[in-house]
Amino acid sequence: MDQTVIPSAVEHTRAVFPEGLALDCGTVLAPVEIAYRTYGALSPERNNAILICHALTGDQYVAETQPVTGKPGWWGRMVGPGKPIDTDKFFVICSNVLGGCMGSTGPRSLRTVTAGNGESREEPWGTDFPPITIRDMVRAQRLLVKQFGIDRLFAVVGGSMGGMQVLEWAATYPDMVFAAVPIATAPFHSAQNIAFNEVSRQAIFADPDWHGGRYWETDAIPARGLGVARMMAHITYLSEEALTRKFGRRVRRCDEPTTGGNTPGALSTFGEIFEVESYLRHQGSSFVRRFDANSYLTITRAMDWMDLGMEHDGDCAGPFRETRTRFCVICFSSDWLFPTSQSRIIVQALTRAAANVSFVEIESDKGHDAFLLDEPDFDRTIQGFLSGAAEHAGLFRQTSKGL
Amino acid sequence: MRLDQRLIAKMITPGTRVLDIGSGDGTLIDHLFRTRGCDARGIEIDMGEVTRSVAHGLPVVHGDADHDLAHYPDDSFDYIVLQRTLQAVERPREVLRQMLRIGRYAIVSFPNFGHWEMRLKLLLGGRMPNTAVWHTPWYATPNIHPCTIRDFLALCDEDGYRVHEWMAIDEEGDRAPWRRSIRLANLFGEQALFRLGKGR
Repeated sequence: MDQTVIPSAVEHTRAVFPEGLALDCGTVLAPVEIAYRTYGALSPERNNAILICHALTGDQYVAETQPVTGKPGWWGRMVGPGKPIDTDKFFVICSNVLGGCMGSTGPRSLRTVTAGNGESREEPWGTDFPPITIRDMVRAQRLLVKQFGIDRLFAVVGGSMGGMQVLEWAATYPDMVFAAVPIATAPFHSAQNIAFNEVSRQAIFADPDWHGGRYWETDAIPARGLGVARMMAHITYLSEEALTRKFGRRVRRCDEPTTGGNTPGALSTFGEIFEVESYLRHQGSSFVRRFDANSYLTITRAMDWMDLGMEHDGDCAGPFRETRTRFCVICFSSDWLFPTSQSRIIVQALTRAAANVSFVEIESDKGHDAFLLDEPDFDRTIQGFLSGAAEHAGLFRQTSKGL
Repeated sequence: MRLDQRLIAKMITPGTRVLDIGSGDGTLIDHLFRTRGCDARGIEIDMGEVTRSVAHGLPVVHGDADHDLAHYPDDSFDYIVLQRTLQAVERPREVLRQMLRIGRYAIVSFPNFGHWEMRLKLLLGGRMPNTAVWHTPWYATPNIHPCTIRDFLALCDEDGYRVHEWMAIDEEGDRAPWRRSIRLANLFGEQALFRLGKGR
């Protein structure tokens, strides 16, 4: 696999918070930097802001070219002028999560360490980066939102891990969230979710270039481990139907070595590999160019720890008592990583808390990734829910010049 | 909007909290929100209808009367509406009990199996009656618990529900509702509409 180290020359737009952030683990992380992008214009009343929360390996470049990969934004289909999340009406904010590697403070950020001889130098946090939670990510986003002078977000929207952040937003800062759209997500990671994440993590640890997490010292990155982690995770994002439709059992010629570059392609005896293998290898190798292994470990751990009911004797309704937020829970019929049953747990908890909740399961055979792909019913649901919520919030009653 | 929905809307005090079970395309909750300022929400079993409703900005949850009412807290709504669905649920008695636990009033409409046409068709033909209201053959009908107006009143009596309002109406909805006699309503009413409350 390609071992190109992520170009550090890319400058991300950032907000700096010198006072830092008190984390759930008890550590105060200071300073904290949050990289973000915005789209559209904030209304003079500052009431039209939508925060979009990205998934595990997503980033703040939601609706524009990602500067590292050169690929289009991950939700460009959804966010933009005239699109379901309409930037002609709404001010969209998307930030790179705390612990991420696209400009926000994370394991790859530099810190000052003092050696035994009293000399201080700068080095990445690496595995010493404090453990963070989904709520810590949300706290960091709140600092950013407050910096824009926004007291209440019109909506918080996100899928997968982004959906977990949406739930934490509504639970932790109910007065700051008018509407919440958790998509293809869960109130806690199931044992199966944790198991998949653990396999990913073990793949990274097993890489000879891991070096106890201090891989920067050797000018290498645990590319094979990280690539395998991504390949495994990617399978969980798709469905059997989607894989079959896309690849079936088709084979193709393979002229390249099939493993990390050191071992020849032992399994491609006939000079051919399955299309699906080739696809996963491509997914794995392109991932290591844009993502940091320590970030991957930090963030998957944060997802595993997420549990909305933890402080309420396991009752996920606990955090939502008295909530006035309008919820729209969306899931996809073929998603087996965050299945419909998990969304139903959210809906039932919200119902027990007498919250105003809409719940739609979108018929799709594309698996968990469906929230990133073209699903017209999904787009209509988001657009309709947001416009209904905007009506209830009293937005756009008069045509404001700013909109 | 259908006649029974217009009559239901008239029973509902403006500005109240309403849960419409079997909200279909959301016509009633939309009407209640727009013209009566109600906080109206829906539960619907047909996912296509749920998606359409939510895409119109209406708060609707995918679910059904038999399984999902148990999650709602006591007294969380003023009105719980069940339109033309009581006869199709698995446990109609339990559904009614849940409705009056969650809401102050239950508004229930159902097609009346005691209508003269049903009686006559069964009496003369000896086969399951087929009418404009009961139009599916016996082997394909979703209506597993048909009842008559008098049956329904007997259940309300047995379970201690108070009937605040009732009327029998015709399917097409042009004629004046039957109001005077239960016996006549049971014979001539194609549909029945009740507003129930707790206690006698």
